[in-house]
Amino acid sequence: MAGSMMSVLLYIFLGPLVGGLIAGIDRKISARMQGRYGPPLLQPFYDVLKLLSKESIAVNGIQNFFIFCFLIFIIFTGSLFFMGGDILLVIFALTLSSIFIVLGAFSANSAYSSIGAMRELLQMMAYEPMVLLTAIGFYVVTKSFNITDIMSFETPLVLYLPGIFLGFTYILTMKLRKSPFDISMSHHAHQEVVKGITTEFSGSTLAMIEIAHWYENVFLMGFIFLFFVWKMPGSWIIGIIACILLYFFEIVIDNASARYKWQLAFSSSWIAAAALGFTNLLILFLMK
Amino acid sequence: MSFLKKSPWIIHYDGTSCNGCDIEVLACLTPLYDVERFGVVNTGNPKHADILLITGSVNEQNKDVVWQIFNQMPNPKVVVAVGICATSGGIFAECYNVMGGVDKIIPVDVYVPGCAARPESIIDGVVKAVEILEEKRAAMTKKRKMAKVRRVSGPVSLSNMF
Ligand code: SF4
Repeated sequence: MAGSMMSVLLYIFLGPLVGGLIAGIDRKISARMQGRYGPPLLQPFYDVLKLLSKESIAVNGIQNFFIFCFLIFIIFTGSLFFMGGDILLVIFALTLSSIFIVLGAFSANSAYSSIGAMRELLQMMAYEPMVLLTAIGFYVVTKSFNITDIMSFETPLVLYLPGIFLGFTYILTMKLRKSPFDISMSHHAHQEVVKGITTEFSGSTLAMIEIAHWYENVFLMGFIFLFFVWKMPGSWIIGIIACILLYFFEIVIDNASARYKWQLAFSSSWIAAAALGFTNLLILFLMK
Repeated sequence: MSFLKKSPWIIHYDGTSCNGCDIEVLACLTPLYDVERFGVVNTGNPKHADILLITGSVNEQNKDVVWQIFNQMPNPKVVVAVGICATSGGIFAECYNVMGGVDKIIPVDVYVPGCAARPESIIDGVVKAVEILEEKRAAMTKKRKMAKVRRVSGPVSLSNMF
């Protein structure tokens, strides 16, 4: 119990630091891939601290409250995850947090943020089946939804769930808001429907969205981590290396691909969920 | 400690420009000049921007747009007029539809001369603008007169959501 409390506290305090650093490294590597020098490593922190000193314009008073809820529920989701709680509960909390940002964008009542919000809903429909399949996959192999149990399985889960891992990687691009799936909200210099779901947020509210995004990224990397750790004491190193490699791969994809239309983003992620995730599950059942 | 200096976000608006200055503004983002190394991001969104870069003069058609964009930017904010058209109307000043420089409509803080303005001078203008931005922020926090949250419409409501 004390251990899980510790990891929750670590997540709450170190999560944004790690997430911000990841974002900084991401921007630097992206710039280098484009032949540019790129911003300083700590640029995401400068951005957020700047946003906090700016005025926040609210079209509808409730929109900032929704974003605050979004941040809180992302932290709640991550805390549940790092506490070693129930993975299904984590997934439901994650969905709830996404609903809050969608509500916030809709309440601003602007054309751009409404389109962004609708696209965010579409994205949620697109990635949700695969996220659920991932949880089911963990259960089928380890006979438990509990993250602590999943982490102490005898062999690395990726050996049983390669298809589910690939499918999850596919929708991870969507959750990390990277090309080709950055249709609802794009990063720094990219633009789509002005700024999509974040169009109507400014100042400290936008800073909250950024911070929530850092928390979310750290928590999503935790998901990848689950595929690679097992009972062996030193296996967390392998997990972290896998996370780093995977994130680098996502950066490459981000820089190498153009944005999909929502139809393609939607159908391709369901096809990926069926072809990779569901097939993987079927094979597992047949092998039993 | 101020972080405004380290992350000035820009919105670029093209008035009655001949596109010469626009190309130079975009050239600043290319690998040769790469303004992102100073934290500059070209946002397409006035609500995220700190600096309004305007190229070209204002005319009867776009004066409302310029005014709108300026008003939608959160404080503190600065305006940079890029190129001689944005400064005074330039070679188009005599045209029947041209009103003149950007300062006919909104307060301009920095004028960047040139036809077209070179990327070096645009970057120089942005650096000057960042200093003014910092002064404005200092004045803002000193007075504390301005509310941190600006409401542009009615109170909290769910009724206009869907
Ligand atoms: S200043 Fe010269 S280059 Fe720039 S918009 Fe005017 S005419 Fe074109």
